[in-house]
Amino acid sequence: MSSLLPSTRAVFDPTARPDDSLDGPAFLPLDEAIDWLVSDGMKVAMEGFTHLIPFAAGHEVIRQRRKHLTLIRMTPDLIYDQMIGMGCADKLVFSWGGNPGVGSLHRLRDAIEHGWPGPLEVEEHTHAAMANAYEAGAANLPFAVLHGYTGVDLPRVNPMIRSVECPYTGRRLATVPALRPDLAIIHAQKADRAGNVLVEGIVGVQKECAFAAKRALVTVEEVVDDLLPGSVNSVVLPSWTITAIACAPRGAFPSYAHGYYPRSNSFYLKWDAISRERDSFLAWMNENVLQSREMALS
Amino acid sequence: MSAVPAEPGIAYTREEIMVVAASRMLTNADVCLVGIGVPSVACNLAKLTHAPRIKLIYESGTIDTNPAVLPLSIGDSELCETSLTTVSLPEIFRYWLQGGRITVGFLGGAQIDRFANLNSSVIGDYSNPTVRLPGAGGAPEIATGCDRVFVVMDMSPRRFVGKLSFLTTLGHGEGGDHRQRLGVHTTGPVAVITDLCILEPEAGTKEMIVTTIHEGVTREEVEDACGWKLRFSEELGQTASPTAVELEALRSLQERTRRAHLGED
Repeated sequence: MSSLLPSTRAVFDPTARPDDSLDGPAFLPLDEAIDWLVSDGMKVAMEGFTHLIPFAAGHEVIRQRRKHLTLIRMTPDLIYDQMIGMGCADKLVFSWGGNPGVGSLHRLRDAIEHGWPGPLEVEEHTHAAMANAYEAGAANLPFAVLHGYTGVDLPRVNPMIRSVECPYTGRRLATVPALRPDLAIIHAQKADRAGNVLVEGIVGVQKECAFAAKRALVTVEEVVDDLLPGSVNSVVLPSWTITAIACAPRGAFPSYAHGYYPRSNSFYLKWDAISRERDSFLAWMNENVLQSREMALS
Repeated sequence: MSAVPAEPGIAYTREEIMVVAASRMLTNADVCLVGIGVPSVACNLAKLTHAPRIKLIYESGTIDTNPAVLPLSIGDSELCETSLTTVSLPEIFRYWLQGGRITVGFLGGAQIDRFANLNSSVIGDYSNPTVRLPGAGGAPEIATGCDRVFVVMDMSPRRFVGKLSFLTTLGHGEGGDHRQRLGVHTTGPVAVITDLCILEPEAGTKEMIVTTIHEGVTREEVEDACGWKLRFSEELGQTASPTAVELEALRSLQERTRRAHLGED
C-alpha cells in the first residue's frame, strides 16, 4: 500500500506516520482505541475550539490512568482541567486557559499556583502562534513564522518563541516550533464505513492538528453509509489520514456537536463550583468519570 | 450601580452607558473582531442601531455573523448558523487578522496601564504566580493586527495600575512612537471605555487621558478608581447619555439573550 503515500511523505521521515494507517483507520471501541494509542509520557493534542471537544476520549484517558502526558491544546477548557486535576499531565502547551464566558479553570490554576496534584510545566503561546504551529506541523515544516509577540512579555518567559530575519526584506519575524504531537484526538460528526470523516460547523484547527500528528484518533457521533457532505468543499478527512475511529455518541458533551446537540452552557457554569475545591472535584470525577461511562449521555 | 436619567423619565446604569458608549465607536465601515462579554454586547448593539452594515467576526472563525441573541462562548452554534461563512482558525489568524482585513478589535484584561498595555496572564511573578489568569488568547496579535483597538474595562485601582505584573498585550508600549519603533504600523488603542469615563491617547505622548466623564460621576471618583496619577483633557466633556432608542435596543437584546439561555439544556 506504500504507493498510496503522497510523494511529499516519501521524502520525509518514513517512521513519522506508522504504516498501520495506510489501509484506512481501525474501527475500535473507545476504550480499546485509547489503550492502543495513548501511552504514558506521550505528546497528545486534543483539539476542538469550543465546538466538538473530545470529552469522551479525555475521560477514557483518565479512566485508564495515563500519566506524564504533554497535553497540547489552544484552549484547555474543562477537559484538560479534568485531566490535569486527575494527574494525567506533566506539561501543558496552550494559549488561553479559562472557562469560556465563566471564569477560571480552577484545577489548572491549582496545578500552576500550588503544584496540585503535581507540578505542571507550561509552555504558553498566543492563539495565532499555535494555529500557525499546527499548520507548520501539518505542512512538514520545522517552524512557523508570523507577525506576532511584538513588544510583549511572553517571549521573555517562553524560550521557544524566537525570531528570524526575513531574507527578502530584512524584517524581524516571530517563530515558534511546529507542533508535531504523537497523537491527535478530535471529535467529528460522522464517519462512513470506509473511515472517511466529516467535520462541520466551527472547524477550529482540527484538520491541521490531525495532519500535524504522527497518528490521529477520531471519535464520531455516528458511523453512516454515506457522509452526504454539504458540498465538495466540506471538511473531509480521508480514511487514509486517520489511524483509528471510535464511535462515541454525545462524545463532545458538555461542548456541542453542530447538528446533533447544543452546548450545555449550564454545565460550564456548574463546573465553576464543582472544580473550585479539590474534594468536590475528586468526588465529581469519581462518580461521573471513574465509576461511570455515562457522563457523555447526561 | 447608580442610575441617572437619560431623557426625561429614562434611567440607565453605568454598565449601560459603558456598552452604549462603546457601541458608538463603531461604524458601518468597520470589520470588527468581537470578544465575549461587553465587547460582544456593544458590537451587536451597534449593528442593531446606527451601524447595521458593520461586519462582525468572532475568533472561532465565524465571518459576518448575525446572532439574534448574545453568545455565552466565542464559539456558540448561533454564531456559526448565522454567519456568511465559517473558516478555520489558521485562516482567521493568518488571512484575516495578520492579513489586515479587520479594522477594529475589542479587548479587555485584568490590568491596564497608562499606555493601555494589558495584562491577562498572571498576577505576581510569572513562574510563581499569586493568580494565574487565562492568558493571551488572540489578544497580542489582535492588538497589533487590527487597525484600531478599543479597550472595555470596569475602572478600579486594582485594574488600572501603575505597573502591570506582566505585559500580555501591547498598547502604546512606553508611549510616544514606541509602536512604530517596534515595527508595528497599526493605530493601536484609540479609546478605553469604562463604567465611569472614557480615556483616549494624548497626542504625542500617547498616555491615556480622560476625555469625557459619564453623567453623575465626579472627577474625584474617577481619580480614586485609578492606580496612577490620572490626567484629564483640557477639553474635558461629559459622555453623551444613551438615547431611548439605544436603551430599548440594548435591553431587548439582553432580555432575548436571557430567555434563550434559560431555555437551553
